[in-house]
Amino acid sequence: MREIEAARITQVVKRLCIEANCRLPEDVQERIRACRACEDGETACGILDKIIQNYEIAGAEGVPICQDTGMACVFLKIGQEVHIAGDLRAAVDEGVRQGYAEGRLRKSVVRDPLDRVNTGDNTPALLYCELVPGEQIEITVAPKGFGSENMSQIKMLKPSDGLDGVRDFVLQVVEDAGPNPCPPIVVGVGVGGSFDKAALLAKQALMRPLDQRSQSPFYAGLEEELLEKINQKGIGPQGFGGKTTALAVNIETMPTHIAGLPCAVNINCHVTRHKTEVL
Amino acid sequence: MEKKITTPLTREAARQLRCGESVLISGVIYTARDAAHKRLVELAEKGDPLPFDIENATIYYVGPTPAQEGRPIGSAGPTTSYRMDAYSPTLIALGETGMIGKGKRGPEVIAAMKEHGAVYFGAIGGAGALLARCVKKAEIVAYEDLGAEAVRRLEVEDFPAVVVIDSTGKNLYETGRAEYLAARDGK
Repeated sequence: MREIEAARITQVVKRLCIEANCRLPEDVQERIRACRACEDGETACGILDKIIQNYEIAGAEGVPICQDTGMACVFLKIGQEVHIAGDLRAAVDEGVRQGYAEGRLRKSVVRDPLDRVNTGDNTPALLYCELVPGEQIEITVAPKGFGSENMSQIKMLKPSDGLDGVRDFVLQVVEDAGPNPCPPIVVGVGVGGSFDKAALLAKQALMRPLDQRSQSPFYAGLEEELLEKINQKGIGPQGFGGKTTALAVNIETMPTHIAGLPCAVNINCHVTRHKTEVL
Repeated sequence: MEKKITTPLTREAARQLRCGESVLISGVIYTARDAAHKRLVELAEKGDPLPFDIENATIYYVGPTPAQEGRPIGSAGPTTSYRMDAYSPTLIALGETGMIGKGKRGPEVIAAMKEHGAVYFGAIGGAGALLARCVKKAEIVAYEDLGAEAVRRLEVEDFPAVVVIDSTGKNLYETGRAEYLAARDGK
């Protein structure tokens, strides 16, 4: 049994909140540059150039890439051989509190969805814990902006809807979103599980590197097919027309019920942020 | 080529702007997003004065991050505009001539823009670090309790934006995509 002080988790969460918000992951930068190289319209190229310039400024100056520094999604993979000394939930929230204060990040959380009073420190985090073998804790912080979150949808398809149903639903969600989620977007798709699990899979899909296709050849093919179909739509950067509507489609799946085919689509913008550290 | 414009933007000047034009905005603009819009419209409905002069004003839909040491503002890109659709027609009727945001607008907003002469600009969503460089001065003028959502008076210089919907209702989200697809498909 390995003992880890909860205070150490606070320190890591704090650091990851700041770093994730100011430095765009290399794989996302790489995809944006590759799309810029393929784009030929004047307006689309100009926008992608400014998007590249923006993340370069943010990284160099340590300022947030986007003013919507999001709700802090925190994913913990906790080794079964670890004992955490202290209050884990409180430690994670304290990390968010300190990270959003010191990093001069925006506090975007309200305490109640209807009375809408800001909590003032961006807590609580959206915390997901998973038990895994081993004696380490893997901590991922993924700040999620709501311009794109608001464009996400879930649908309980019927088994008979099959592959066509999934394909049509993903394309419909992207069409409905249009220019709103700041294209070029990243499309996270969760298929299977239950109502709640499909949504979580879609969010987890957004954390897979954009240059990494699904391990299943079938779903890897579907990811490529959907990306091509989305980019045929012509929505383009910021919705002003062009080739680059999406940077990637990532699909995650899991077993489901004989009666169901849940399908969730979680949209992210070009500022797809996440950073991981292992304790 | 970008067209330089200055605020306050008169109705006549707003009516001259055309869908698809790239502009560089200089002058004073005000920030407001969801919560501030709600309060502004509540004041307007009671017939009370607004905390800033709405006549010929441009409102930027933004909730910036806190400023770094020595800077006027933190990251400051646009937020999605449709959430302000319930409030914009009231403000346009009171004199607002420019809105800066990103994403679609509803028919009620476009109708008010056509009736009164107002324009909707798009700024690049997710480019907050870059856009912040155009903000030379920022001060809170109302609703400090709202934090990032407070109303700020910004002095901007050459702030880049695109006319997305003009005062005739022509919409770049429709025309830009259609033109791209037509060119691609050789129609």
